[in-house]
Amino acid sequence: MLNHLPILQVIVPLMVAPIAALVRRRGGAWLLAVFATWTSLGIAILLLRQVLDGGTIIYSLGGWAAPWGIEYRVDMVSAYVLVIVAGVGAIVTPYALMSVRREVGVKQAPLLYSALLLCLTGLLGITITGDVFNLFVFLEISSISAYALIAMGPDRRALHAAYKYLIMGSIGATFIVIGIGMLYIMTGTLNMADLAVRLPSVGGRTVSVAFAFLAVGISLKLALFPLHAWLPDAYTYAPSTVTAFLASTATKVAVYMLVRVFFTVFGIAFSFQTMNLDRVLLPLALLAILSASVTAIYQKNVKRLLAYSSVAQVGYMILGISLASVTGLTAGLIHLFNHALMKGALFMAVGAVMYQVGSVRIEAMNGLGRRMPWTMAAFVAAGLSLIGIPLTVGFISKWFLVLAAVEKGMWLVAVAVLVGSLLAIVYVWKVVEAAYFRQYVGSLEVREAPLSLLLPTWVLVLASVYFGVDASLTAGVARMAAEFLMGVAP
Amino acid sequence: MTGETAFLGVVPGGVTALLAILVPLVGALIIGTLTHRPNLRETATLVTAGVLFCFVLSLLPEVLAGGRPGITLAEPLPGIPIYLEVEPLGLLFALVASSLWIVTSLYSIGYMRGNQEKHQTRFYLCFALAIASAMGIAFAGNLVTLFTFYELLTLSTYPLVTHKGTQEAMKAGRLYLGLLISTSVGLLLLAIIWTAQVAGTVDFRPGGILDGNVTGAAAGLLLLLYTYGMGKAAIMPVHRWLPAAMVAPTPVSALLHAVAVVKAGVFGIVKVAVYVFGLDFLARESATGWLVYASGFTILAASIVALRILKNQGNLKRLLAYSTVSQLSYVVLATALYSPLAAAGAALHIVAHAFGKITLFFAAGSVYTTARKTEIRQFRGIGRRMPWTMGAFAVGTLSMIGLPPAAGFISKWYVLLGAFQAEHMVAVGVLVISTLLNAAYFGPIVYMAFFQDEEPAAQPYLGGGNDLPGSHGHGEAPLPVVVALTITAAMTILIFFFPDVPLALAQALVEGVR
Repeated sequence: MLNHLPILQVIVPLMVAPIAALVRRRGGAWLLAVFATWTSLGIAILLLRQVLDGGTIIYSLGGWAAPWGIEYRVDMVSAYVLVIVAGVGAIVTPYALMSVRREVGVKQAPLLYSALLLCLTGLLGITITGDVFNLFVFLEISSISAYALIAMGPDRRALHAAYKYLIMGSIGATFIVIGIGMLYIMTGTLNMADLAVRLPSVGGRTVSVAFAFLAVGISLKLALFPLHAWLPDAYTYAPSTVTAFLASTATKVAVYMLVRVFFTVFGIAFSFQTMNLDRVLLPLALLAILSASVTAIYQKNVKRLLAYSSVAQVGYMILGISLASVTGLTAGLIHLFNHALMKGALFMAVGAVMYQVGSVRIEAMNGLGRRMPWTMAAFVAAGLSLIGIPLTVGFISKWFLVLAAVEKGMWLVAVAVLVGSLLAIVYVWKVVEAAYFRQYVGSLEVREAPLSLLLPTWVLVLASVYFGVDASLTAGVARMAAEFLMGVAP
Repeated sequence: MTGETAFLGVVPGGVTALLAILVPLVGALIIGTLTHRPNLRETATLVTAGVLFCFVLSLLPEVLAGGRPGITLAEPLPGIPIYLEVEPLGLLFALVASSLWIVTSLYSIGYMRGNQEKHQTRFYLCFALAIASAMGIAFAGNLVTLFTFYELLTLSTYPLVTHKGTQEAMKAGRLYLGLLISTSVGLLLLAIIWTAQVAGTVDFRPGGILDGNVTGAAAGLLLLLYTYGMGKAAIMPVHRWLPAAMVAPTPVSALLHAVAVVKAGVFGIVKVAVYVFGLDFLARESATGWLVYASGFTILAASIVALRILKNQGNLKRLLAYSTVSQLSYVVLATALYSPLAAAGAALHIVAHAFGKITLFFAAGSVYTTARKTEIRQFRGIGRRMPWTMGAFAVGTLSMIGLPPAAGFISKWYVLLGAFQAEHMVAVGVLVISTLLNAAYFGPIVYMAFFQDEEPAAQPYLGGGNDLPGSHGHGEAPLPVVVALTITAAMTILIFFFPDVPLALAQALVEGVR
């Protein structure tokens, strides 16, 4: 059984998804989703432990060896991302129960859980697979289910947002599949490990073009500035649960994809020395951090504000990766985890406000500090983490990122990262001032959100404090993953 | 860590340092549960403050004997723990803050009730949190620990600055948070990470950690990042938050914005100069000489602003704020001379200014509580109605000017000696001129209060406060207020006559360096 964990990681949510869609009993679909996500998390943790103990796990599907069959490969990097994705799934599903009932309705709820599980399947699959075409298949699974999830938003504008994402996402996926096709033409293999071996000897213009197609396609999926246009609408109009889930997982997996394709498949030498990927990524990452943070300041809708903040935070991850050093990569990877914690908590807190107040505009938060003390306290705590106050995970991310920049002597980059934190203070404080200094004006009797919304939110908040006080686990794993990618690991 | 034990002979010193942070935290929790029982709540504050002071005091013998007890709390970053270590300068700061917290708690009772302030529980709770953060700063064993508690202090004092909840308070709060966090994140954090990168450590060590790791212009730049990164030290142009923070209730201005918060800033600068750079290293480098001029300019410019406020007969608390800006730069100037004698003077001035300035703020708050007077022009003749308050005020001004028999004289003496030792005549000039300026803006207020006649009652007030019925027939302030300001005034004089403990700690600081 333990030998088959890699396939179970994907198969469990995949199998439960259609059952969840068919279950007619009220709450049945939710129960199944909780079961599937927690099982996934268990498997992910077991896989991480196996990798920590025994190194990379290679699993051939159906017993067909690599060049013919599909291979799943769990190394430090993928095991780490699997835990993040499955962990977020496991925290979000319990939260979903009340929130989805209110925002989507009982009738559509089973469909949402089904789509959510499919999306999870896709994201886990992208992370675990060692085959580029299989990666594309999982990318499509996760994307198509994400379109459906966003379209279920309570507002009709959700349809438009989903449509926009559909167009942009399809363009991205097409670019990716074109890139993969070219690689296949040139090398005759789809296996990542094989590709990594053969590509250096092939070279030539086709490979460079394939590289470019993949770079653009993946950048679209991870909403790298200026290809982020789909993200704010999608996050704003999707149901709260979906936003919390996608914000903490989808872009993270896209970042993983970037790392996997450019560090493992193409190799550091080709990506950064021949193609100079860093010269493209670094300026774009800086632009993302600064422009998206400034845009966030002017938002009136808190979900949209946080969405722009996400674009900026993706910039931090890409920035760390584009430094192409062990510290930089550690910073990027650790921020992957840290950002999942804090953005998840923030979107869930906002979702609790949506549940009770019915709006997420900043005015709707007026005076909520007294009416929903726990919800708003969670928002403030996660917001402080976003700013990068010590004893929160945000500080750890900032520390490694600035350290990596200083190490390379890139002072302007270090300053830009810190300026980004200062901009974060402005947009977080807009909400804080509304909640704590303005008078509540609503006519309804608004009270604290139910426990089933608060608990998962606070789990993430406390985790973001815990891993801020003791980052030895996260920093250790991220560093090992970074060393593995840079090829300095044993 | 030495084998000696500190508190009651059972608790090791490192644990006591941790308790110094935990006691006010627990106090805050208790205060939070006593919203509807004000008497018990205030008792809790007083008891917490008393217990805290005993803990801090218990560390004194061990530190004077050369012990440096420490304790590691957590390790957020590999190789960089959250670490507490008690050394002389930190202990001095902790002693000042914790002893004055007792007096301020007493004062707050009279002030907050006398002014019928709202949200008193939140006030006492945040106050305790701020003190806990200040203790963390005092006992921080490395730069990251210092930075952590520095940020916590900013955050915990923010609700105190915005206490009134008015538009003005919110605006001041924005400036406060904006300036303090942007300087600390933008400059201080950068400096710390830079230090970590070049030195491979962020520990405070006697003699510093940077010698040989940075040179020339880089050393000057790093010092610049540290000095302006500690925005709490209010060196111009990052001083604007301090006058803005004066919208807070007076006990906050008194303890936090004359002692704990601002002293955390200059304390940080002294600590960085002594334990990160090392005084010898700073004295050797030529690129670090600018600090004398930056702090000297702040001393004079802030005094001139204070003088203008006096001329316009403006707000007294604002004048005191600018006086604080000027006095803080004394500490920085003394540090910037990079001579051991002046460094001792810097440590002493942290103490001397604390007792003097808190007395002045107490007096200002006392007048506000009793007579609703906030503007200097309203102070004519008030000394006759409130002899204790204005008597204490006069003692405070003596200390600010640096005249005997007040504590300010001793610290200024050491700073001047240091300036002569360093043969820095610009610094000597700044000290002399600023003494005259201090006298010029404080003297007239004392003169007005005691020797001029009160304005006729018919004339309406031009300042803030409402004209409460009977506010003109007032006498002294409520008893707790009077007792508190008498104590601090007495302490200001007592330190002049018995400077043994601060002096011993200041010397231990300097000796540890050599």
